Amino acid sequence: MSTAIRVIPCLDVNNGRVVKGVNFENLRDAGDPVELAHRYNAAGADELTFLDVTATTENRDTTYDLVNRTAKQAFIPLTVGGGIRSVDHVENLLRNGADKVSVSSAAVTNPELINDIARRWGAQVLVLSLDARSNAQMPSGYEVMIKGGQEGTGKDAIEWVQEAEERGVGEILINSIDADGTRDGFDLEMIRAIRQAVGVPLIASGGAGEPAHFPPAIEAGANAVLAASLFHYGPDDMIAQVKDAIEAAGYPVRR
Amino acid sequence: MPTKVPTIAIADYGIGNLGSLANALEHCGAKVVLTDQGQELLEADGMILPGNGAFAASKAAMQDRSILRWVGQRVAGGRPVLAVCVGFQILFDGSEEFGSHEGMGEWPGTVKKLPTKAVPHIGWSHVTPVADSALFAGLTDERFYFSHSYGVLDWNFDQGNEAMVPPQVSWAHHDADFVAAVENGPLAGVQFHPELSGRAGLTLLKNWLGSF
Repeated sequence: MSTAIRVIPCLDVNNGRVVKGVNFENLRDAGDPVELAHRYNAAGADELTFLDVTATTENRDTTYDLVNRTAKQAFIPLTVGGGIRSVDHVENLLRNGADKVSVSSAAVTNPELINDIARRWGAQVLVLSLDARSNAQMPSGYEVMIKGGQEGTGKDAIEWVQEAEERGVGEILINSIDADGTRDGFDLEMIRAIRQAVGVPLIASGGAGEPAHFPPAIEAGANAVLAASLFHYGPDDMIAQVKDAIEAAGYPVRR
Repeated sequence: MPTKVPTIAIADYGIGNLGSLANALEHCGAKVVLTDQGQELLEADGMILPGNGAFAASKAAMQDRSILRWVGQRVAGGRPVLAVCVGFQILFDGSEEFGSHEGMGEWPGTVKKLPTKAVPHIGWSHVTPVADSALFAGLTDERFYFSHSYGVLDWNFDQGNEAMVPPQVSWAHHDADFVAAVENGPLAGVQFHPELSGRAGLTLLKNWLGSF
């Protein structure tokens, strides 16, 4: 039997609270990360992602204490991202309960960071968080964005994920800036393009509005699916509903 | 579960995240110490040999702090040791990760790259427990969380010496079969991460604590 499709609630954290915006703007409050971690662990989440959404723009480190308290609520993997710029920062997060880390902007400006982290802890500890949007000027049609999706880089997204895989990332989290927070469904074209370019597990993110949106993302090549608002503002059994939809489409899930 | 609170020493040799392991064991009712001190590693009711990252780097870090010596002494004294992920891999003959490296040779087999393009193998996969497993009691059809690119694909235990009791082996599958767990008297090991495997993982840890 094959590996289960992972369903991952995402905690976008700002000033100690979980927030969620549309297209990375207009943040609104969704609760306490420690309470939400407890709830999602009990509801059957396969993994949790904790993103310090304003860490990079405000140029400050992720709150270690909050990561620590969140980690204590979950006996499933916890990935932490946001503002990670150095190996020391990774070490502190791992020591505070993170099981994996995700790097975004800093890896774009300093790709050696990927090699440094992978060499020390192995590829499986490292998730590349790719923020990308459609841009017809790029060879692949997709441009890498940084600073929480606010700034273009002029870098081709497909070339970047291939380079990152080569350098040693263990997974890629695909954030489509165009689809994020719209609740209109995942950016399937972008997932397909990345699936064709790399072999590592892919986590689809951005745009999920209902359980029916998930199977097409898996069909397009995702090994895991991540959503925020759908779980924060949806009914308590939304994780189970999403797994029902995935299973009904013929893909394995963990129960 | 024993009425006395069991003490678990997690071997801390400077690599990787031990927080989740400590967290899960405490949740299961154990008192946990993270240490590289022989005295503490020997006197605890159970010892965990964790592992993270590359085989050779992990083994070198363990040897720097004599960790493998304490594992050997515990096993010789019949005292429980549970090895996890790369800690588990180190108990085999050797590994082909980044060159060729010798392991402890407790169990037969070489750790090899998983024969699939879909690496790393990250996620929840079924483990088929060996019949009468103590570690997997009550866990007949469960998924556990794996995070690895290398594994033991073949198990060839030399039965030439009838006095040797063969270890119990449980298997998992990711495009190919590989060894998921070995139970061998006081020495047990798992390729997956019980501390990250939700309910199933906590049950497995409780089973281990309950075996003391």
